[in-house]
Amino acid sequence: MRKADIGFALMLFVLAVLVAEESLQLNIGWGLNGPQGGFFPFWLAVGLAICCLVILVQALRRTSPTSRQPLVRPGGWAPILKVAGPATAMVALTEMIGLYPAAALYIGFYMRWIGKFRWLLVLAVSIGVPLISYIVFDKWFLVPMPKGWWGEHLRL
Amino acid sequence: MDAFTNLLMGFQIALSPYNVMIATLGIVLGTVIGVLPGLGGANGVAILLPVTFVMPPTSAIILLSSIYWGALFGGAITSILFNIPGEPWSVATTFDGHPMAKQGLGGQALTAAFTSSFIGAAFAIILVTFFAPLIAEFSLRFGPPEFLGIQMVTFSAFVGLGGSSPVKTIAATLLGLILATVGMDIVSGQLRLTFGTVELMRGFNFVVAVIGLFGIGEILLTIEEGLEFRGAKPQVRWRLIVETLQELPQYWKTFVRSALIGSWMGIKPGGATPASFMSYGIAKKFSKTPEKFGTGTLEGVLAPETAAHAAGVSALLPMITLGIPGSPTAAVMLGGLLIWGLQPGPMLFQEQPEFVWGLIASMYTGNVIGVLIVLLFVPAFAAILRLPFAILIPLIIYVCAIGAYAVNNSTTDIWYMLIFGVAGYLFKKLDYPIAPMVLALVLGDMAESALRQSLIMSQGSPMIFFSSPIAAVLVILSIWLLVSPIVHPLLRKVWDRHNR
Repeated sequence: MRKADIGFALMLFVLAVLVAEESLQLNIGWGLNGPQGGFFPFWLAVGLAICCLVILVQALRRTSPTSRQPLVRPGGWAPILKVAGPATAMVALTEMIGLYPAAALYIGFYMRWIGKFRWLLVLAVSIGVPLISYIVFDKWFLVPMPKGWWGEHLRL
Repeated sequence: MDAFTNLLMGFQIALSPYNVMIATLGIVLGTVIGVLPGLGGANGVAILLPVTFVMPPTSAIILLSSIYWGALFGGAITSILFNIPGEPWSVATTFDGHPMAKQGLGGQALTAAFTSSFIGAAFAIILVTFFAPLIAEFSLRFGPPEFLGIQMVTFSAFVGLGGSSPVKTIAATLLGLILATVGMDIVSGQLRLTFGTVELMRGFNFVVAVIGLFGIGEILLTIEEGLEFRGAKPQVRWRLIVETLQELPQYWKTFVRSALIGSWMGIKPGGATPASFMSYGIAKKFSKTPEKFGTGTLEGVLAPETAAHAAGVSALLPMITLGIPGSPTAAVMLGGLLIWGLQPGPMLFQEQPEFVWGLIASMYTGNVIGVLIVLLFVPAFAAILRLPFAILIPLIIYVCAIGAYAVNNSTTDIWYMLIFGVAGYLFKKLDYPIAPMVLALVLGDMAESALRQSLIMSQGSPMIFFSSPIAAVLVILSIWLLVSPIVHPLLRKVWDRHNR
């Protein structure tokens, strides 16, 4: 936990430095229309950097009861990755084949792999849910979802 | 009375068949969302925001606020039956609610929770009805320095709130403000902080951030805990409900106290959670039987629920009068106003009276519909949690992805949602608060333009923030709020050393 705390603060610090540098290029001074574009983000970044330094010092000096615990509790990684991995795959698939087919594959895969449900139920849910959401969003509320490759070739 | 005629007009709008249908739909969806792990009010409203683009603004806000009421009710169901607080402010409800459910008194606890939510909400709504026009009129005189002052108070009110370290709260707020500046600069039209990429030109949409931070992040946390829902089965029969209702009037003092605490704390950002805890503590202190608290007493359920719901309602007061949201959910609704082409703030009362009074009237109708629906269908809502995790999780992630995509019709936003999800997980783990960051992301543009306009008015002198008494009070208050959580422990240390 302590290592993660320090690491995260360092990451934010680097981000703050990057933002400050970008803002300096935009000019942080006084322009024709008052303060220039970089003014606000620059001082925010300075503030964030100071906060990060304080957090770092606190983390290095103090050890709290939670600081010895690991960031992710033992045995916690596997279930997290099992959720995050397929979800990422679904998003990647969405770019290619559209959200509805990607969701059908994702829900079906997860239900079969983790839940070990019967195929009949897996198929019913994984096809039924995207179908219902297609009717609700694309047809009813006229909010079209990404179609990926199909959209370009079939003009859905 | 002007408020009465306006309110009547509002009721005419809120009671139109279409809007009643919308409100009922919103309550049902909201309750489902409140019951589901990982989805709360802010998320539900964010996910369904794109759907409202095809509705008239008044119906849209009625839908969103009804989802909010539903989520507040739904949070009580999971807290009592499953000991899982759906929202931080329902934590105090678990103290006595879950013991009651385990003793087979789940039906009584739920009835008490719903009724007290309703009473708390009703109390706060009456308050909103009469105070909102006054505050709006008062704030019409506000200029950029005063608005910046209010925003500073909003942000600094989070510091020293609820456990998180003050420095981390400030860091989270600053991070949110920085994210808000990404993309086009509203004053000069320059592209900012895009690091030369096309993807960052549009900036970060806070709806996507909310869905990721609250939704995906929460799911990752729940999954890691390996929670299983093994809940008590509620027995809700009409006779039981009537019996519980007959018991409640004797606690009228607790109701009044809790509703007052809730309404007062709710106006300040992030107020619902401390309000529910405070109300629980005070109810215990004043109770004739304080030793029963924590073992399953009716009073211990109704005190936090009344306060939390009252706070939930009064959090909308600063949103409609000042354009400053009091909670993440209100922040998402505020974003909705902007998307529908309405300018939140005091002018709303004059330019869009139908919208404002329709919303206020719908708070009355929405809560009446809500309490009826949840009382009637508790077992149905509780059954949702009996769905196996392996079905629930992909469904929730899928729904989140739809919401994130639909905001801007961009698949990049779904990627952002995942990134924000991981960030939300780390934030929670490392004790960085999420709510101030979301609020900062929403208010960032407004805060920046208020700051720059003020500085233009004064030609660069920061003294403009002390030029009017209102601005000066607000700025000094915010500085005090910011500094006191840091100074207090230091002073105490010095004091201790001195006395040794």
